[in-house]
Amino acid sequence: MHELGIVFHIIKTIEDVAAEQNLTRVSKVVLEVGEVSAVIPEYLQDCWQWACRRSPLMNGSVLQNEIIPAVTYCESCGKTYETVKHAKVCPHCGSEQTYLLEGNGVQIREIEAE
Amino acid sequence: MEFKTTEIKERVLADNNEAAARTRERMRQSGTLLVNLMGSPGAGKTSVLLKLIERLGTQYRIGVMEADVDSDVDARTIAATGTRVIQIHTGGLCHMDADMVSRALASFGVEDLDLIFLENIGNLVCPAEFEIGADVRMMILSVPEGDDKPLKYPLMFSVSDVMLVNKIDTAPIFDFDFDAAVVRARSLNAQIVCVPVSAKSGRGFDEVVQFLRMRLDERRQMHENN
Ligand SMILES: Nc1nc2c(ncn2[C@@H]2O[C@H](COP(=O)(O)OP(=O)(O)OP(=O)(O)O)[C@@H](O)[C@H]2O)c(=O)[nH]1
Ligand SMILES: [Mg+2]
Ligand SMILES: [Zn+2]
Ligand SMILES: [Zn+2]
Repeated sequence: MHELGIVFHIIKTIEDVAAEQNLTRVSKVVLEVGEVSAVIPEYLQDCWQWACRRSPLMNGSVLQNEIIPAVTYCESCGKTYETVKHAKVCPHCGSEQTYLLEGNGVQIREIEAE
Repeated sequence: MEFKTTEIKERVLADNNEAAARTRERMRQSGTLLVNLMGSPGAGKTSVLLKLIERLGTQYRIGVMEADVDSDVDARTIAATGTRVIQIHTGGLCHMDADMVSRALASFGVEDLDLIFLENIGNLVCPAEFEIGADVRMMILSVPEGDDKPLKYPLMFSVSDVMLVNKIDTAPIFDFDFDAAVVRARSLNAQIVCVPVSAKSGRGFDEVVQFLRMRLDERRQMHENN
């Protein structure tokens, strides 16, 4: 439930990039949201418009969320599988010696700006 | 002018990791141990703190950072013990991030302290997601919350070094199964240290104090060898 904090964080990051590259207006932000990142994309959208109105650089920009599927790796059999479907237990061999490969993070992929 | 696409490829928590690393370094430099105390609202964070101050306060110089959305009730309680305390307001946010902690530590001053506790926001989800650069992550699960919490909030149990099961004095009233909670927590985190405690009766605190003393001695030795 810290979507608003994350949105502020994203805006701050983009403001830094914009200052560096002399960008004055951002029209779109593409975000990669991990499937098990505990960030809820709908909440992000809710916070987005509200937070962007406070920033001249960001005002009116669109947030596009790309969901990155969560993948778990099994140390016992070396295969990977969908985390959300099978959680900690490997569906190939039943082992619990598994760890999350990806799908836990949030990353800004790119922005469209002038 | 045309809109052009700029690749960013920046982790949203990258800043956070950097600030956490800064805090870790600051603690090492000053020979101070930082403990991040987490748990649901009402789990007993402040009560446990009071017990730990009582047991460790004569031997170690302790500071407390109280994070709250918008009050200073806990900070007053801690201040009444004569302990140095700083109140941090998160302004509505549900967790402390590493940058907030780093800035708070800078104004708090850490050089003359051996041990700093951060009482995090009462929340079993968010604080687990923000590594703040603590040396010890201590979470409190209280008996009335139920022994199924590791199943429902796995991340908190995965990132913690210590799980205190507080309010163990109320176990007969609630059907809390301590062993089941431990098995569930350990399936997420094999190394987690689990201690049943009661901030009311003081039960279990010998073990917690011993654990913290060990970590404090390690930190002190590391500092002296530098
Ligand atoms: N029976 C019993 N009650 C306890 C124990 N520890 C705390 N309590 C009670 O639980 C209530 C909440 O305790 P706090 O220490 O304020 O909990 P907290 O986690 O700091 O709460 P917040 O800061 O509001 O999130 C208080 O009424 C305490 O007296 C315990 O070991 N046994
Ligand atoms: Mg409290
Ligand atoms: Zn949060
Ligand atoms: Zn397998």
